Amino acid sequence: MKEHVYDTVYLRSKDFEEGRVLFETWDPKARYAWDAGVAIGRFLAELKAGRLVGRHCPGCRRVLIPPRMVCEHCFLPTDAWVPLQDTGTVVTYSLCYITWDMVHLKEPQIPAVIAIDGASPGMGIMHLLGEVDPEAVKIGMRVQAVWKPAEERTGAITDIAYFKPVES
Amino acid sequence: MSRDRVAIVGAGMTKFVRRAQETPKELAWEAASKALESCEMTLDDIDAVVIGTAPEAFDGVHMKSEYLSDGAGGWGKPVIRGYVGGGTGVFSVIQGWYHVASGLFDTVLVVCEEKMSSCQPHPQGAFLTIFDHTLERPLGPNLLWIFALEMNAYMSRYGLNKRDIALVSVKNKRNAADHPAALLGDPNITVEDVLNSEVLAWPVQRLDVSPISDGAVAIVMAAESVARRVTNKPVWVEGVGWSLDTAYWTNRDLSYPTYVEEAARMAYKMAGITEPRKQIHIAEPYDPFDYKELHHLEGLMLFDKGKAPEATALGITQRDGDLPVCPSGGLLGVGNPIAAAGLMKVAEIFWQLRGEAGDRQVPGQPRRGVAQAWGDLMQVGTVVVLGI
Repeated sequence: MKEHVYDTVYLRSKDFEEGRVLFETWDPKARYAWDAGVAIGRFLAELKAGRLVGRHCPGCRRVLIPPRMVCEHCFLPTDAWVPLQDTGTVVTYSLCYITWDMVHLKEPQIPAVIAIDGASPGMGIMHLLGEVDPEAVKIGMRVQAVWKPAEERTGAITDIAYFKPVES
Repeated sequence: MSRDRVAIVGAGMTKFVRRAQETPKELAWEAASKALESCEMTLDDIDAVVIGTAPEAFDGVHMKSEYLSDGAGGWGKPVIRGYVGGGTGVFSVIQGWYHVASGLFDTVLVVCEEKMSSCQPHPQGAFLTIFDHTLERPLGPNLLWIFALEMNAYMSRYGLNKRDIALVSVKNKRNAADHPAALLGDPNITVEDVLNSEVLAWPVQRLDVSPISDGAVAIVMAAESVARRVTNKPVWVEGVGWSLDTAYWTNRDLSYPTYVEEAARMAYKMAGITEPRKQIHIAEPYDPFDYKELHHLEGLMLFDKGKAPEATALGITQRDGDLPVCPSGGLLGVGNPIAAAGLMKVAEIFWQLRGEAGDRQVPGQPRRGVAQAWGDLMQVGTVVVLGI
């Protein structure tokens, strides 16, 4: 067999539309009922109540968010729930103009890592920023959670609609 | 601990292309047969096979390496697949190394193959389950987010601008113009081209990223007794290292790859390297994004933290510079068929140290080089030090 017998032509969407390639759409019909577990289960329940919580490690004394029952540094069970604020600081962010399947967005999504107040330094979670001019977003910006109304909360990370800037 | 000395004695690769119409098995065969041919061996001379290939969802084939094994020379042999995401290509060499160093096998064929083009509309879809299913996936993430977040953290920590980083993309795509297997070589690309390319997820723009690609690479590894018989130019595996950081990626300092440093320290210790900057002559750090080359050069302790961009601007990392970095053209230039791309880096060091890199050959007869890859949830570093 010689090297690259066929031309290396990339597929375009019209190749599918016009039936020019052999293809199969495969829907595995897989449904996953993930158990949230002990730590995230409580975290989700607290989200539904409009609160953020972390876990304390008796070894390194860090307050961890996302909460976990085992500290990965000390390999010890964490020992206490710690109430946290719903404010924090933007550690890093992106202005994303594209979806995973390369659909263009006029208004960017603004994913960010947000270090949560009350947790140990550097303890961040990923969420989205909103009510902000994309050009005005800065690392170090102070932000606060915008909660969905209580009756719309389901015990999910999306119970926080997004984080918005607040006066520092 | 006594270990057998292990050498790389042969290497081969397919062209990296956006879409190969060959099957994964056909690609794997092409690379494997070229590697065997390069050291005048046949499959009968091979004791065991290591297969590296990344997510099964790319191909939509479960137990992908078992499917691939026929093309990779696995029939009737001890076969193992290693998988550490983007780190796989270099990790497969580490697996090949301990197969031989343990004394269990004299010869191992390492084959890495990736075909990203089959997965439509975009292979990124196969990656999205890397995000935490409860806390992150409901936010509708795409894979570019984590790279953009990391790149921004790196730029912010050291006050870098996009121009500092774009120089890497320009260097690598220009280097790749001399690589016969490259997908994206461009001798005329400029920093302006990179800065003017489409913004995907700021600060990541189109030309900051390596492309979707298909391809395969293979190497032959052998114990010293065999290596000395089959070649007069064995390239020795002097050190190997790997390390994994926490999956709680939002808790990490994203501006520095600690796990790469840990992997490098392990490999350097084994290789007797105490001053990497002086003792390493050539480097192939993993560069799926331009900032990652800089990030990884710092993790490999080849430059101080935050100083790799300055070294790049000074030309130190050019092919004729003091420390040539990605003389192959890297993932940004040659292409990024995940596992194959990592093994391409090891193959490049092999060719460079043997003086067989053709138009890509770095001057000064380098005697020691390092290849590194990175992957999983931005958390694994895999490092191999080669020398002659």
